[in-house]
Amino acid sequence: MENETYEAAKLIGAGLATIGVAGAGVGIGTIFGHYVSAGIRNPAAAPKMFGNVLLGFALTEAIAIYALVLAFLILFS
Amino acid sequence: MAEEAHGAKHGPLDQFEIDRILPLDVFGIDASFTNSALWMVIVVATVTLFLSLSMSGRAVVPGRWQSLAEAAYDLIASAVRDNVGTEGRAYFPLVFTLFMFILFANFLGLIPFSFTVTSHIIVTFAMAGFIFVGVTVLGIARHRLKFFTLFAPPGVPIYLVPLLVPIEIIGYLTRPISLSVRLAANMLAGHTMLEVFAGFVVTMGAANIIFGIAPFAAVIAIYALEVIVAFLQAYVFAVLTCLYLSDAIHLHQH
Repeated sequence: MENETYEAAKLIGAGLATIGVAGAGVGIGTIFGHYVSAGIRNPAAAPKMFGNVLLGFALTEAIAIYALVLAFLILFS
Repeated sequence: MAEEAHGAKHGPLDQFEIDRILPLDVFGIDASFTNSALWMVIVVATVTLFLSLSMSGRAVVPGRWQSLAEAAYDLIASAVRDNVGTEGRAYFPLVFTLFMFILFANFLGLIPFSFTVTSHIIVTFAMAGFIFVGVTVLGIARHRLKFFTLFAPPGVPIYLVPLLVPIEIIGYLTRPISLSVRLAANMLAGHTMLEVFAGFVVTMGAANIIFGIAPFAAVIAIYALEVIVAFLQAYVFAVLTCLYLSDAIHLHQH
């Protein structure tokens, strides 16, 4: 009995944990949106900034990955 | 673990299991040669062969292989130069070794039926832990007690300092965790997605071959994404190491 509620609670917890990836989606869209918008204003400076864009993307993506790891932790332990 | 070596895998997470290839017991510590260790040896051998063989021609105008080696060198050299400055030249071998190891470990993990060394947090945490301890020791050795002014950025109003310093300290202490989890979780998530979609190809394709085409296209797309992520995560690890070094070497002087 208690085991089933525990399993159900784990599934609900894992589902709730994946809500966190929404924030990362907003963040990544912001980064690339700003890069495109700035690149159209100043095309000469765009290639120089691309390294920073990739760095920002990877750091933001990491937050989505943290949410995924937490969901796995809740689900599998 | 041995019994499913010949059978089908039972889930998407089975690819990350550690198998002991050569059991060893050193004073009670399990130091067996595992598949993780085997693939680390393969990664190091591949990096060494790639760099030494491609540069062996020493042509002034580089051929194809030499261009690749020089491109990797130049990428990290410019990252170190831009982020750490001229004092960073002493740390270039560290950053370059980290970058090449993680890059090749990520790429070799993309070979079907191989093992991704960097998908285990203990591997990435070992690297990130050493970097964190090393950078902190470096900062304290260089600046003595003034190193702790790193946690109090200049130009902060005095009433915000008691709030800001603990936050800065916590942010600093979570650096090894974020550095290691970012790499390990990216590799873990990517490879798990690949296996899940590959499973869909089998289950949906069993009903009708036509249904198996969509997940197969998804597998190809995710594979391309994983190649990009493999390179990007190695680059981000290297750049963040440069940033942490620059924090320790020049405390707040930008």
